[in-house]
Amino acid sequence: MSLYSFCQWCQHTSIGIAIAGSKWQFPIIESVHLLALAWLGGMILAVDLRLAGFGSRRQPLSQFAKDIEPYFIAGLVVMLTTGILLFLSEAMKCYSNPPFWFKMAFLFLAITFTFTVRRRVAMAKTISPLLGKAVAAMSVFLWSGVGFGGRGIGFW
Amino acid sequence: VLFTFFQWLQNTSGSTALRESLYVYQIVESTHVLSLCLFVGLAVILDLRLIGFTIKATPVSEIADRILPWTVAGFVLMVVSGALLFYSEPTRFFLSYIFRLKLSLLVLAAVNVWVFHSTVYRSVAQWDLDIVPPRRARIAGALSLFLWAAIIVTGRLVAYRWTGFK
Repeated sequence: MSLYSFCQWCQHTSIGIAIAGSKWQFPIIESVHLLALAWLGGMILAVDLRLAGFGSRRQPLSQFAKDIEPYFIAGLVVMLTTGILLFLSEAMKCYSNPPFWFKMAFLFLAITFTFTVRRRVAMAKTISPLLGKAVAAMSVFLWSGVGFGGRGIGFW
Repeated sequence: VLFTFFQWLQNTSGSTALRESLYVYQIVESTHVLSLCLFVGLAVILDLRLIGFTIKATPVSEIADRILPWTVAGFVLMVVSGALLFYSEPTRFFLSYIFRLKLSLLVLAAVNVWVFHSTVYRSVAQWDLDIVPPRRARIAGALSLFLWAAIIVTGRLVAYRWTGFK
């Protein structure tokens, strides 16, 4: 199945049709998507700021990262769920929308980076300050790409 | 009177320029949306600590000291970009019930911050290390979470132009 026909199929699922046909469902799902943006963004920034060396070092970074992780994952789950629902309702629009694909590329990179490199560095017993700064900068860069791409979908 | 003032404001050249610009408006709006991460997102972490959910081993005052400068920066970005957005179409926002609701919620959120800092947070030294802070601090944290969530949702809904529902 080509990407095109996949998007077509998505838009014709019963969920996609229901959301697209309702006056309230899209705005409500989108608002929740935005709530999760604030939540998730905060969880990412808090750990990145720590990685970059801001704030006290009395509490080990690994403990902080461990405390934050469940809240980060909860935010990510809400984000992906609402994001998929929004996509289903307008899959064909997304198909021909460059910012959407920009966003998906950054999302893939950001999630991969977060759960591999960043997680390992944040959970390590000791890290060099330079490495911490580099990882934090990369993380902020990748997630910002997701955010700007997402905002761009509506502007295109 | 207020409406006449906003009509005048909407007809100023700055407002028109912003409203009709291709990119400036989009940049301002993107800034407004993405500042949410900095402002509300980091405030959420302090709220969660106040309720007693996470980062329990760290003193409340330390988290507040670490996070508040960043949320203040986020808040400034939020207010400046928000004011510019309002300036771009004052009459529309003035007439929007959802926008009025959002402003009312903002006032409540500000009162919550003020009450928290002028009462229970004054004695933070006594409960700084508590895993679960005193009830009034927990209420302030929960209220903050609820109010900011409602402000984000109403803020998003302001942008929809439903017929018969402003």
